[in-house]
Amino acid sequence: MRAIRILATVALAIATSHVPAQAADTYAEECGACHLAYPSRLLTAPEWRRILDDLEHHYGVDATLDEPTRQAVAQRLGLTSPALKSPAASTTQVTLPRITTSRWFVDEHDDVSAATFRSPAVRSAANCAACHPSAARGEFDEDDVRIPGARP
Amino acid sequence: MRRMIPALLTAALAVPTAHAVTPESLMQGYTAEARGNASTFDAPSASLGQQFFAKKHGEWSCSSCHTSNPAAPGRHAVTGKPIAPLAPAANPKSFRDAARVEKWFKRNCNDTLDRPCTAAEKADLIAYLLSVQKGG
Repeated sequence: MRAIRILATVALAIATSHVPAQAADTYAEECGACHLAYPSRLLTAPEWRRILDDLEHHYGVDATLDEPTRQAVAQRLGLTSPALKSPAASTTQVTLPRITTSRWFVDEHDDVSAATFRSPAVRSAANCAACHPSAARGEFDEDDVRIPGARP
Repeated sequence: MRRMIPALLTAALAVPTAHAVTPESLMQGYTAEARGNASTFDAPSASLGQQFFAKKHGEWSCSSCHTSNPAAPGRHAVTGKPIAPLAPAANPKSFRDAARVEKWFKRNCNDTLDRPCTAAEKADLIAYLLSVQKGG
């Protein structure tokens, strides 16, 4: 009897130690693989929806996810209803929204030159963490900004 | 009651083995698939894999993001985000999850070649990556 309990505990311990990524943060894992896992507040819900409706044409790259993962990301971004379009339905390519062309973003960065955004250490305005050290935690306080190569 | 013990033991053993994927086992899987597709495919070739890795297929090659040294960290060509090394010698997590491997082959082959990679290309590529030593 005790053997069964021990074995059950062992089986459970082994099983739970192998729970794949869904238990971890799917959004950070999947979206954060290529770019900062942008805080959801940086785009509106309809904008996020347009992005998730066509992950095959994602700013010039294929970012397709299997369906359960795509749904988990949608949930994380607060897109509960209506349902996302099925991946096969997205044949016509729409222009995707960009955080970096949002009015607020342009206003907040009007003192940063295009050359700074293109510099090797930054490369792209999408690379928030190059200048915002706490970007990964969703913090973009102006006082924390450190532009690489700029004098302090 | 006694029947439960083997059942539990099986459960305990089955879970980890389901995840015991290695670069070698993935390469063997793609090799078998490639042989099924074409009787001419014999064994994976590290040198063909290396050519495939370095070749610019259009705008991009594998090296565009993974650098010319798969044992070195890469950098996303568009966003600049760091990418862990591909070579298993330099990254123990590389090629350890079949679903993850297929996800990235699908995306990256589509981006780089504008078509899916063949099983032969995948087998050759893994053979090459396995031949790369730590430090390049």
